[in-house]
Amino acid sequence: MEVLLPFLIGTLFSVSLYFILHRHLFKLILGLILFGLATNLFLFVVGGISTGDVAIIPLDKEVAEDPFPDPVPQALLLTAIVIGFGLQAFAIVLIRRVYETLKSNNLDDLKTTDKT
Amino acid sequence: MLSESLILATATDQPRMNPSLLLLLPLLLPLYGAVFCLLFWQRVRAQVFIAATAQLGWFVSAGLLLYEVSQTGFLTTQIGRWPAPFGITLVADLFSALILASASIVGIAVFLFSLQGLDSMRKKYGYFPLLLFLQLGVSGVCLTGDIFNLYVWFEVLLICCFALLALGGTRAQLEGTLKYVTINFFASGILLTGVGVVYSLYGSLNMAELAQVVRQPDHPNLPLLTLCSVFFLTGFGIKSAIFPLFFWLPASYHTPPIAISAFIAGLISKIGIYSLIRLFTLIFIPDAAFMQPLLLVLSALTMVIGVIGAAAQKDFRKILSFHIISQIGYMLMGLAIFTPLALAGSIYFIIHNILVKTNLFLVSGVVAQQHHTFSLKKLGGLYLKQPFLALLFFLSALALAGIPPLSGFWGKFMLAMGGFEAGNYGIVAVSLCVSLVTLFSMTKIWNEVFWKAKPPKSSKPAVAKAVSIRHPMLLYAPLVLLLVFILLISLYAQPVIALAQRAANQLLYTNSYIEAVLKK
Repeated sequence: MEVLLPFLIGTLFSVSLYFILHRHLFKLILGLILFGLATNLFLFVVGGISTGDVAIIPLDKEVAEDPFPDPVPQALLLTAIVIGFGLQAFAIVLIRRVYETLKSNNLDDLKTTDKT
Repeated sequence: MLSESLILATATDQPRMNPSLLLLLPLLLPLYGAVFCLLFWQRVRAQVFIAATAQLGWFVSAGLLLYEVSQTGFLTTQIGRWPAPFGITLVADLFSALILASASIVGIAVFLFSLQGLDSMRKKYGYFPLLLFLQLGVSGVCLTGDIFNLYVWFEVLLICCFALLALGGTRAQLEGTLKYVTINFFASGILLTGVGVVYSLYGSLNMAELAQVVRQPDHPNLPLLTLCSVFFLTGFGIKSAIFPLFFWLPASYHTPPIAISAFIAGLISKIGIYSLIRLFTLIFIPDAAFMQPLLLVLSALTMVIGVIGAAAQKDFRKILSFHIISQIGYMLMGLAIFTPLALAGSIYFIIHNILVKTNLFLVSGVVAQQHHTFSLKKLGGLYLKQPFLALLFFLSALALAGIPPLSGFWGKFMLAMGGFEAGNYGIVAVSLCVSLVTLFSMTKIWNEVFWKAKPPKSSKPAVAKAVSIRHPMLLYAPLVLLLVFILLISLYAQPVIALAQRAANQLLYTNSYIEAVLKK
């Protein structure tokens, strides 16, 4: 599993970048979501995965029993998921508004503001 | 700063404020302001009153914080009373207090401008709460002592930027916002990845503890430090528009109304540079083999490309947007040279640029209010009609270009001195040439907008919508306010420069920072 995950994350990153660079608006949404997933998964794996118990100290012990996974990356991960979710929700609404206003799915049509 | 010193004079007579409260006020005031504004949804008059109180409070609290920090050096507090490496650390040093103070000045100016310069629909649908939440994010980024919280505060700041840029939902705004959202989402992802890598390699998120860890010469993961720093260079590089990563900025900053873009353009990219300087002086110290040459090349290219891009533009706001990029190069230059003098130059330059850039954007807003266009071709003859506005622009533009004795000169002078002392002649030469081209751009605006005769009216529809102005003089109030501060830091530069130098020393001799955070 630990060997597989890095490859999975790499694939997710590259697929999401491909989608973000694609000119279709819906693929941009997919790309943003996949990119968020890839970062979250990366954060999870880089924090170290272990097969032990949770890091909660039993009542009759002074320290948690080894092996236990580091809870900090998981706390970070939860925060990051929530933030990412908010940003993605905003991005989806924004892209919908762009589609409604421009009546086009093509990101190449978003050039009217760049003319000098 | 006159008004601040007046407030401070009364503050010193009373018993000292609790330092933790002093640190929390710049966060709490915008937060409560925004929440109360939300309670008065769609009632503009009530929101204006609340926002005015919050802005003034933010300004006063930032001033008090600056005063306290200039007396004591550092202020730290631990939220929830967990001791330093574990709890949520808030820390203010001179650098963060200076940036926060200039941000709060800009906040007041933009708020004053929005009273007359923004249409009532945007005010009705949440301009004030968004602005206050954005200021909460700015305070958070400046005061946090934790690398993950830095990321979180940046997200707070960004989501407000997204919403503000899209507020109103015109076609141009939506286009600009989509580009801004996509690239900044990407940058945040890179930052988060970097935070994960740093934690897994060095086992801490507290900046002071990280600074301690990376200074242990026998730490096994030390060779990977440069790898980590690249994540942050890229992430904050995108957010602050450094050379190969800046293309989103001129594509989005000119789309929203001036009351929005002035604050974002004046402040947000500098907050990116602030974080970059903070992290690269504290944790990822640039090494002479790789990072320092890279930063030097990036800063030179950022300056040059930005200023060349500006020379090609024919729109008031677009010229100013490209100049933001060029000026970011100067701020990066101080970090790349990495001597106390050069860093002090960077700090002074950031303060100067926050004030001057916002003022120039506001001038363009006043011009567009009355002439309904930003195009240099269609404008003209303003010097005859509004000599006072012309004077305001003239002084700010010269300050931006760096004509002595105005503020840009002092910043560039310190940077150039630092560069000469460190032997980086190339970058100094580049920066001085870029200054000349900046002057050329400002003369172009001056010639086209203020000097030449007004061209005959074309039948084309106006770009900027006319907003009914009841008190046109009120539009000038923020410009005058900012100009007073610009002149203060130009003509009365010594105290500010001394503060910037102390701030730079604090940044470079990190032991005091580490001790202030951890030994409490």
